[in-house]
Amino acid sequence: MSPLLELVIIVAIKSAILIFIVVTSFAYLMLAERKVLAWFQLRVGPTWCGPWGLMQPAADAVKLVMKEDLTPSTADPIIYKLAPALAAFTALLAYAVIPFGTLPDGRPIAIANPNAGVLYLLAVGSIGVYGIALGGWASQSKWPLLGAIRSTAQMISYELAMGLAVVGVLLVAGTTNLAQIVSGQSAHHVWYVIPQFIGFLIYAITATAETNRAPFDLPEAETELVAGFHTEYSSLRFGTFFVAEYINMITVSAIATLLFLGGGDGPFAGALPWLTVVWFLAKVALLLFVFIWMRATLPRLRYDRLMAFGWKVLLPVAVLNLIVTAAIVAFVR
Amino acid sequence: MIVLYWICAVVLVLSAIGVVASRQPVHSVVGLIVNFAALAVLFLTLNAEFLAMIQIIIYAGAILVLFLFVIALLTVSSEPIERGRGKLEFQSGPSVAAGLVALALMAVGVRVAWSQSIKPPPPDFGSVSTFGVQLLTTHLFAFEVTAFVLLVAIVGVVLMAGRKELRF
Repeated sequence: MSPLLELVIIVAIKSAILIFIVVTSFAYLMLAERKVLAWFQLRVGPTWCGPWGLMQPAADAVKLVMKEDLTPSTADPIIYKLAPALAAFTALLAYAVIPFGTLPDGRPIAIANPNAGVLYLLAVGSIGVYGIALGGWASQSKWPLLGAIRSTAQMISYELAMGLAVVGVLLVAGTTNLAQIVSGQSAHHVWYVIPQFIGFLIYAITATAETNRAPFDLPEAETELVAGFHTEYSSLRFGTFFVAEYINMITVSAIATLLFLGGGDGPFAGALPWLTVVWFLAKVALLLFVFIWMRATLPRLRYDRLMAFGWKVLLPVAVLNLIVTAAIVAFVR
Repeated sequence: MIVLYWICAVVLVLSAIGVVASRQPVHSVVGLIVNFAALAVLFLTLNAEFLAMIQIIIYAGAILVLFLFVIALLTVSSEPIERGRGKLEFQSGPSVAAGLVALALMAVGVRVAWSQSIKPPPPDFGSVSTFGVQLLTTHLFAFEVTAFVLLVAIVGVVLMAGRKELRF
């Protein structure tokens, strides 16, 4: 067997396992969100399917598959069918480089460990908007189009501040390799959230906006736009958009953990390497809980205020943070 | 690598034809996304990882999103705007001439590339740090001039967009 073929097969098997894990965690993230939201509102949430409602994701999946798949007669048929697949595809791309922990010999547990790992994450994050934008346009009706345009404008406005916040971490770490950023934090047990606290706040806010989560869920604001960009979608195509949104949520939580919260660093992680995976997943789970917490607590922003906040507050603060960080790093070295 | 190159080459040419040939502007945008993605993979096979990532972040992630934003606003109806042919017929002569010039340039490039012995690139060629050091030392002048040109463009846009308030 040629080495190229061997490499392709190994990567394909790793990817298949990873996609299975990510999609399963999406299913239970959805259940967790319904449960936690219910507790915030003094309800009990899903309880009927299986013990403690644990089979609810399977029931939801069966329901979505059995529903009729509608395509509006005015819709652009190719783009309409392509858009949900594109959304899920771009959501899954990020997992090619995310290190889930460290092996005993110090190598990261990841499909690939490129030197430009952080740039790769920024790149796949920036093309994530196409699924929503194309889906909203292809539906050829008013609300999806408004939702798509809102999403695009929101993405462009918040992406700049997000990139600048990430560059702050790169300056402190001195590398763009994700595994090296993590090992740089665990070497001295100083997580970059401490020197880059403003950067972490900016990243958290922009990540919420980029994943269209409350209080930035204007592309699908149900009080104004029915269901926003996915109004016309039903059945499995709607489900695909749904999967993409939640996987994006897990992705940005994982990136925040890697860049700011020390990745797999934690008590006893140096002695027992497999604990790095546990710490990493625990931190991601905590951030996901904060996502749900925000949705249960905060009201939706008004659209003009969302734009003004992005351009007039977040971007100047991010630029200032970057300049101060660069000056300090240049002074210390 | 050669397998990857041929896959990318075929995808690049097909998507480029799709960009030009499709009657629906949004289909052209989708074709261009595919084209940029294939181009980024091609850069990766040439060891230019920084260039590949910037290609996706800047062109696919920022510029093309703005294109799509404008096109989606302008073509709310899925009917193609322009109908019928013939309006661009007088351009066939110049476009053939431009194609011939491009072919000649390509032939010269390929000849030069073949005549020299191929040296393997240094191991850190195209990496983020090498690229950055080269950009801010060897190519500093070009870098600063580009930044200045972009600044002029930004000032121009601000002036044009804010002209009403400037009238006094």
